[in-house]
Order: sequence, then structure tokens, then C-alpha cells
Amino acid sequence: MSSLVIRSLRKNYGAHEVLKGVDLEAQEGEFIALVGPSGCGKSTLLSMIAGLETVTSGEIRIGGRLVNSVPPKDRDIAMVFQSYALYPTMTARENITFGMESRGVPKAERDAAVKRVAALLQIEALLGRKPGQLSGGQRQRVAMGRALVRDPKLFLFDEPLSNLDAKLRVEMRTEIKKLHHRVGKTTIYVTHDQVEAMTLASRIAVMHRGELQQFAEPHVTYNRPTNMFVAGFMGSPSMNFIPAQLTRADDRVAVTFPLADGGSAVLPLATDVAAERIGRAVVLGVRPEHLSRYDAEIHARKPGIATLSAPVEVVEPTGAETIAVLRFGALEVVGRFEPDSAPRMGERIRLGVDMTRACLFDPETQRLI
Amino acid sequence: MADLSLARVADPEAAAAGRRFLAGRIAIYGILGVFALIYLAPLVVVVLNSFREQPEIARNGLINLPRSFTLEAWSSAWGSYCIGGTCEGMKRNFLNSLAMTIPATIISTLLGALNGYVLSKWRFRGSEALFTLMLLGVFMPGQIALMPWAFVLGKLGLTNSTYGLVLVHVIQGISFTTLFCRNYYVSIPDDLIKAARIDGAGFWRIFRKIVLPLSPPILIVTVIWQFTGIWNEYLFGVVFTSGREQPITAALVALTAGGTTARTYDVMSAAVLIGALPPLLVYFFGGKYFVRGLTQGAIK
Ligand SMILES: Nc1ncnc2c1ncn2[C@@H]1O[C@H](COP(=O)(O)OP(=O)(O)OP(=O)(O)O)[C@@H](O)[C@H]1O
Ligand SMILES: [Mg+2]
Repeated sequence: MSSLVIRSLRKNYGAHEVLKGVDLEAQEGEFIALVGPSGCGKSTLLSMIAGLETVTSGEIRIGGRLVNSVPPKDRDIAMVFQSYALYPTMTARENITFGMESRGVPKAERDAAVKRVAALLQIEALLGRKPGQLSGGQRQRVAMGRALVRDPKLFLFDEPLSNLDAKLRVEMRTEIKKLHHRVGKTTIYVTHDQVEAMTLASRIAVMHRGELQQFAEPHVTYNRPTNMFVAGFMGSPSMNFIPAQLTRADDRVAVTFPLADGGSAVLPLATDVAAERIGRAVVLGVRPEHLSRYDAEIHARKPGIATLSAPVEVVEPTGAETIAVLRFGALEVVGRFEPDSAPRMGERIRLGVDMTRACLFDPETQRLI
Repeated sequence: MADLSLARVADPEAAAAGRRFLAGRIAIYGILGVFALIYLAPLVVVVLNSFREQPEIARNGLINLPRSFTLEAWSSAWGSYCIGGTCEGMKRNFLNSLAMTIPATIISTLLGALNGYVLSKWRFRGSEALFTLMLLGVFMPGQIALMPWAFVLGKLGLTNSTYGLVLVHVIQGISFTTLFCRNYYVSIPDDLIKAARIDGAGFWRIFRKIVLPLSPPILIVTVIWQFTGIWNEYLFGVVFTSGREQPITAALVALTAGGTTARTYDVMSAAVLIGALPPLLVYFFGGKYFVRGLTQGAIK
């Protein structure tokens, strides 16, 4: 059963269109990540699901019930805010029980619920403290506790980890994943961190300028992005976009583009394209990790590897991998290499390009071919 | 502190700099001291005169060191001095002032808090315009409202009554209290309100459980401001009340204006001090919260 259904949802602030017809749905127990650049309307969408913002048009259903004009408290949702929004004058315990108190839950029941949640999040020792006496990570836990204690139909998270330092963020990410496994509640999770989206979500909704660009499983979003925006947004460093021409070389279809030395690269495609595209312009999308130092022995065993040589302009070792900037004609292309086969500064490297993973985009519509 | 550490320095240039620093300090404190004296002198004169005997004041002059001591003036000013035919001293007017100032302060502060809460957290179409209009009240001198108030109080049958003055001061004060509270509440994150709404709290519960507990700094500021302002105000008191119904500020005007008897500087001094005491006490005990509250946001 779908626990959340959103149909052609629109939101205007005066003349400013923030959401332009969003469709989304979440199955029972699903973890949906909502990603997109700043200002694309993620928080607005989440606030509308929560009932904190009015709906301009379209519909929102939670557990099958149309909730467009149901007040937040009656939507059976819980929300974790980016700022945590803990009540500063209350202790952690009071923060967690405030909602139950508002709803008139008896004290014994409240105490039991706090106990359960505190054990789950390991915050028993913090219950007597006020938010001002907690660290960022602890506040984050209390905020999660306040949501978890409710046992709602739907969890809404608005960038809950973005105020934490990098290390804590990774820890809490794992924590949230475990928690979701254990609790199994439908969750909508806003983030602009695509790694968080990839690691946590069962499906990712990518938004841009108030429109849903793609709504699919993480591996689909990553490997078969529907358009150049999604392709560029997911993955870091981002996908390289190389303007090229589709040609027929020998009996194969290939992409060709100019190189720095005046020659041009000819990369045979691993998949078929429609015949009428041949001779037309395309954009070749190659992720950094799909470039590697050409090794005849290894690459002979792998199908769909095309080769070309390119000068190396910048080398950035990060330890686990080495990022290098390569020159393809007028373009700079980023590659990600194993440290022991990493390019050297100034070297002219012979590359293997994994064409089975490459994407082709229509330069006009920017859509995946 | 500074000169202690300087004393240990052997370097002659540093020593010269130290002397210049010291000279500068002396000059600054000297000037400050002179101004403080000028400012405090009237208070000293009044306090001293309130403990002198009237004949001695008449003999040695108003501004002179006391050569006598008595509490007579205080008890007379409090309970038995005659103003305009009644001989009850300031006591009744003092109580009038309390009966006017305390409710007016409490009511106007609570209304200001409520207005501020609505104008900052429950904005509606036109709420900004409404706030701007309320701000006009801050800049509008009270005298402008004299005639309208005379009319309104007359209609309500509240002329020459403390209730009437309470009403006037509540309404006149709302602009200020709203401004104070609204500007303070703006710094309370909206997310808190949203979280509380999801938690099932309504308008009043959010106000009582979340906004009010965050409010003491601004409420203290508002209460001090309103208390001293209303207590010290005398224009409305003089115009709308007379005789036994007057607040103490208005009665003081009557006391000094009464030209029938010989000037009684001892009693006048004591009466003025009685009238000035409550705001002084409020500021004495609340002053540091006042400064703190003005410079502090809602969330540290
Ligand atoms: N109350 C409002 N009035 C007018 N415009 C608003 C209002 N709230 C949001 N917007 C606009 O709506 C757009 C989407 O805002 P939203 O907060 O949903 O972005 P977001 O995707 O959450 O961004 P971020 O990643 O920065 O949090 C922005 O352009 C913003 O300026
Ligand atoms: Mg946001």
C-alpha cells in the first residue's frame, strides 16, 4: 500500500512558482530521499506534506486519506528539522514528551514511551538536560527521539545532518539507516548531499527548479540519469559532459570529438542508437571512475572499452584514490584513478573509457538518449 | 590592574607611556566625577531638606548643610499635610498611583506580548501594515490624545477615576509593549512554532509553553519601562482626575502650585521623594535585567 501519494502538487508564493506540479509516491516502509540544489523547493514540499504550508493545487494523501486541508497535528506525521527546533526552555525529556502531553496521553504511557526511545537512541543520560547543554550530535538525537516517540505513519526529515561535522555526519548516517531498518516507517528525507541520498534511500527523487527530474532507485538514478541535470547532480566529482558527434566508423557507431593535439578521438559505442541520430551532435557523459589507465591485458577481457590519449594537467591524490584533470581538446575532463595506476603531472596518458557505462544526451533537450 | 603591571616595566619609554595613561585616566574620571556631582546635586539637596526642620531651612536657606534632623516632614507628607482643603497627605495619592500603575503595567505588558506573538509568529494578510500603524503610537505625543480621551472617558463614565487612567495607560502603552515584544519574538526561530504545531499544540499552548518561557528578558524590560513611564506620567492624571483621585504625580503638581500657605520645603522634599521612590526601587532592583534584556536575543 502507498503510504504517501502526491499528485501534480503546485505551490505559488504570489507570482513566484516554487513547485510546478510534483508527482511522488512512497510505498509502506520506503525511504525516499529528496535531493536537489538549494532553493529547488525541497523544504517547501516537505512543509506541505507536514501541513505547515498551504497547497496551491494538487493533492496529498497520507495512508490513502486526502490531507490537503488537515492541520499538521492530525496528519499522523513526525518531523525532524534541520535546526532541530528543540524547545530551548525544556529538558530533553520534556521535548520528547511535549507532543504526547499536547495530545493528552497519560503520564505512565508517556514515561514508557520516553524510556523506549531513549534506549533506542542511547540518550538516557541526557534526558534531564536542556538543549543548550547538549552537543550538536546529542541535540540531533533528541530531535530524532521527539519524532520517533510518536509512532507516526510518516517520518519527515529536513536535512537533519547538515549541521554536523563531517565525521559525525557519516556516523549518524549509518545510525539513521540502522534505525530505519529497525523501525521500518515510511520516511521522506530531504538532503542536498547526494551521498546521503545514495546510501540511505530506497528511491531518490531529484528536484530542480520546482520540478521532479527523476524518481527512481539509487542505482538507476546514478547509472541511467534521465537528463543532464540529474547526471551532473548525482556523483562527486560530477559526470564529464563532452560535446561530440555520432558517426559510423567501420561497421560500428561511434562518438567522435576533437582532442588537444588537433586529432580527434573516436570511441565506439557499446550500445545501439537510432539510425536517424547518426551524423548529429550528442553529449557524451562519462563519470570520472569510468576512465582508467589503459592496460591491454585487463581491458582485453572487458568488452566496450574505448581508448584515447590525453595530457594530464592536475593531479590530486586523496589517499584512497587520485583525481586527475585531463585535457580533451578545449575541455577539462576529470578522472578518478587507483593510486598505483594514477597519472603523473605532465604525462600524456593512454586512457581506457568504459563505454558500457557511458551515457548519451541530446544536446537540445538535455535528455538521455 | 593596568598600573600594577606597568610598575614592573623598567623601560623608560614604557614608563612615560604609563604616566601618560595614568594622567589620561585621572582626567577622564575627574570629568566624569564632576558631571556625576552636577547630576546628583538636586537629589542630594532634596534628600537633605526632607530631614531638616522648616524654620531652619527658612533661616539658613534651601541649599545649605543641615543643622537639624527630624522625620516630621516625612510623616506629615505621608499622612497629614493639607492640600486644597483635605489633610490626608500623599498617602491616598500614592495608593492611587499604585492602583493605576500596577494593573496598567501588567495588562499592557500581557497585551504587548500577545500582539508581538501574533505579529511575529502568526502573520496574516495586512499584519505588517497593522504593525506599522501601531508603531505610529510610539512616536505620537500623549497630548494629541488628550481630547479624544476626554471624550471617551466621559462616555464611559470613567472621568475622575483610577480605572479611567488604567484604561488610558493600557492603550497608550500598547504601541511600546508590542514593539518590544514583537522585535524580541522575531528572533525566536519559526521552526520552533512549526515543531510545536506538529506536536499538536495550538495557538495558546504554543504561547504559554514555548513563547512565554522564552520571554522573561523582554518582559522585564517591558515591565520596567511601563511601570516607570506610567508612574511618572502626570498629564493625564492632572487633566482627568482631581483631588483625592489624583495619582501622586498630579498631587505633587497641586502641592507645589498651592500658593495659599507659606512654602514648606521640608514637606515638599519628602513628598517628592515619596513620589519618586517606587520607580527608583524598580530601577535599582531591575536595572541590570533591563540592560541585559535589551541587548539579548531570545535564543543564545
Ligand atoms: N515564504 C516564502 N515566500 C516566498 N518565497 C519563498 C518562501 N519560502 C520559500 N520561498 C522560495 O521558495 C523556493 C524554495 O525554497 P525551499 O526552502 O523549499 O528550498 P530548498 O530546496 O529547501 O533549499 P535549501 O536546500 O536551501 O534548504 C526558494 O526560491 C525560496 O526563495
Ligand atoms: Mg530547505
